[in-house]
Amino acid sequence: MLEFWFFIEVVLNGMFAGTMYALIALGFVLIFKASGVFNFAQGFMVLFAALCFVGFLEMGLPMIVAFVLAGAIMVAWAFAVERFVLRYLVNQEPIILFMATIGIAFFLEGFGELLWGADVHPLDIGIPDGAWFVGPDGVMMVQQFDVSAAIIAGGLVAVLALFFTYTRIGRALRAVADDHQAALSVGIPLNQIWIIVWAVAGLVALVAGIIWGSRLGVQFSLSILALKALPVLILGGFTSVPGAIVGGLIIGVGEKVAEIYLGPYIGGGIEEWFAYVVAMLFLLYRPQGLFGDKIIERV
Amino acid sequence: MFYREAGIFKTSYAADQALFRIPFDRIFVISVVLFAALVIPVIGNEYWLGSILIPTLIMAIATIGLNILLGYCGQLSLGTGAFMAAGAFMGYKIATAFPWMPIWAVVILGGICAAMIGVAFGLPSLRIKGFYLAVTTLAAQFFLLWLFQKVPWFVNYSISGVPTAPPREMFGYLVTGAEASVEARYLFILAFTVILALIAANLVRGRIGRTWMAIRDMDIAAELIGIKPLPTKLSAFAVSSFYCGVAGVLWAFCYINTVEATAFDIFRSFTVLFMVIIGGLGSILGCFLGAFFIFLLPIFLNSAPGWVGLEVPTELISHVEFMVFGALIVFFLIVEPHGLARLWAITKEKLRLWPFPY
Repeated sequence: MLEFWFFIEVVLNGMFAGTMYALIALGFVLIFKASGVFNFAQGFMVLFAALCFVGFLEMGLPMIVAFVLAGAIMVAWAFAVERFVLRYLVNQEPIILFMATIGIAFFLEGFGELLWGADVHPLDIGIPDGAWFVGPDGVMMVQQFDVSAAIIAGGLVAVLALFFTYTRIGRALRAVADDHQAALSVGIPLNQIWIIVWAVAGLVALVAGIIWGSRLGVQFSLSILALKALPVLILGGFTSVPGAIVGGLIIGVGEKVAEIYLGPYIGGGIEEWFAYVVAMLFLLYRPQGLFGDKIIERV
Repeated sequence: MFYREAGIFKTSYAADQALFRIPFDRIFVISVVLFAALVIPVIGNEYWLGSILIPTLIMAIATIGLNILLGYCGQLSLGTGAFMAAGAFMGYKIATAFPWMPIWAVVILGGICAAMIGVAFGLPSLRIKGFYLAVTTLAAQFFLLWLFQKVPWFVNYSISGVPTAPPREMFGYLVTGAEASVEARYLFILAFTVILALIAANLVRGRIGRTWMAIRDMDIAAELIGIKPLPTKLSAFAVSSFYCGVAGVLWAFCYINTVEATAFDIFRSFTVLFMVIIGGLGSILGCFLGAFFIFLLPIFLNSAPGWVGLEVPTELISHVEFMVFGALIVFFLIVEPHGLARLWAITKEKLRLWPFPY
């Protein structure tokens, strides 16, 4: 019985970790859907946004003000990216755009550290950090922090879903995602749409950065962590928001379960690569991911 | 004036299909190689040879490897670092298990081991395409490095986990390990670089290279005209990983002198990818240009403020360096998405008409 509760605990932990991965993956999906750009800089945007937020907090500003300011910076960043990079790279091959976002990532990393320094910044935004004990005799431990993070992530997804479905801009975004040229022909301005998705992705990055940052401290490794979002992405399919969530849950749970039950036999530390191998094996059966658009190829 | 095609007549198919069809090109390349082999070891100092030319040439080999895969066969891989590591570790195992084996054979066998691993990780490319494939190659990157770090067999149960490269001789000169003279190591690497570049240049213009390019341009169409995707894609993975593996052996044996997994992390893969893109997709010359550019740029950015007499704190420099590096990459992609090799082609085009352009 104890075994069973332990297993439930591991799965729950995995699901919480998964929602956090999904949070980062969301930013990737938003940009990929609307502009077909595989945005490598997303992880660095998470880091940069979190650095800005922490920086403003350390200057003594109240949390709301810091959040609004950091959000404003991310929106300004979206404008800058469109104005100075994307505008000139219309119609280039995906690989070129991908490389450009790696360039942006380098720039952002240097810029963030130039502004706020390269130290580890602890971040405490008042999320309760205790643990609940549930089950018979309290055998199962649930971190309150994880629950709050999952709720925030879920709320963000819900807000985004509403935004995509019911607002004018959301409809325009979906139109662009569907077909660039058709969207242009009915008068949707592509450049503005790009700014909007980059801004939304920036805000998602800000939320992700705050949550990850208050768990791990705001530091360089946040941007590496974002690489973990990649298997989540391909598992769910690049173009699907629900895919990012489900992919995140699968990867999170799989990783934790494998680490605990498989790790001791083959030497531990398998969390590093397990997600990628799962994604690779999965793709062999379904090359477009779980919820990705079916790939139709014509000569 | 000097660089021209007029007046050069080809009287045989062999001449028409030669690697360098214009004598100027041939003489230029041969003289560059001779200069690198004969003059540079004499005039170069320890720093230039050991810290700049050696790593750049090794990276150029890895860049040729990735360029074959990405630029010629169109398969995006982010696992270059892992294939280099595979070469380095297998080279180390072979060198220590068979101490009598000549070092050039060790390097080549290391490359062949990397090629076999590359084929294994290239198998998904038959079903998975584009960015999906790129992410699956990350599986190779993380899994292989984890393997090399976790299994002590690969480092001969060395206690530190970071064994030093065994010293080996060639023609009576020590060419690997920390004791080898920098000139000997440089010439050893230069020989590999020149031979491998020559082989690559011939591969990509032959039948196999053409099938790679057909797959790159549109794999379904290529399949329809009778090119088998399985051997074509896997051969590209094999050749590419072979080059990366050789680069890995040389990197471990002749440059850092230790065999360690951390030297081949994900950022190594990205560096090589940068070199391919900045140098030019689908160009052997571009590999060298890209390798030199990306390797020298940070060094230049680091020392440039000193030359003009500016005192800048090192921490600030390293931040600004990242910014400038990123901005330059974006700038390059905007100005010339086809890389430095394309700039070179434009220059040649201009030279043909100089000094009387119409």
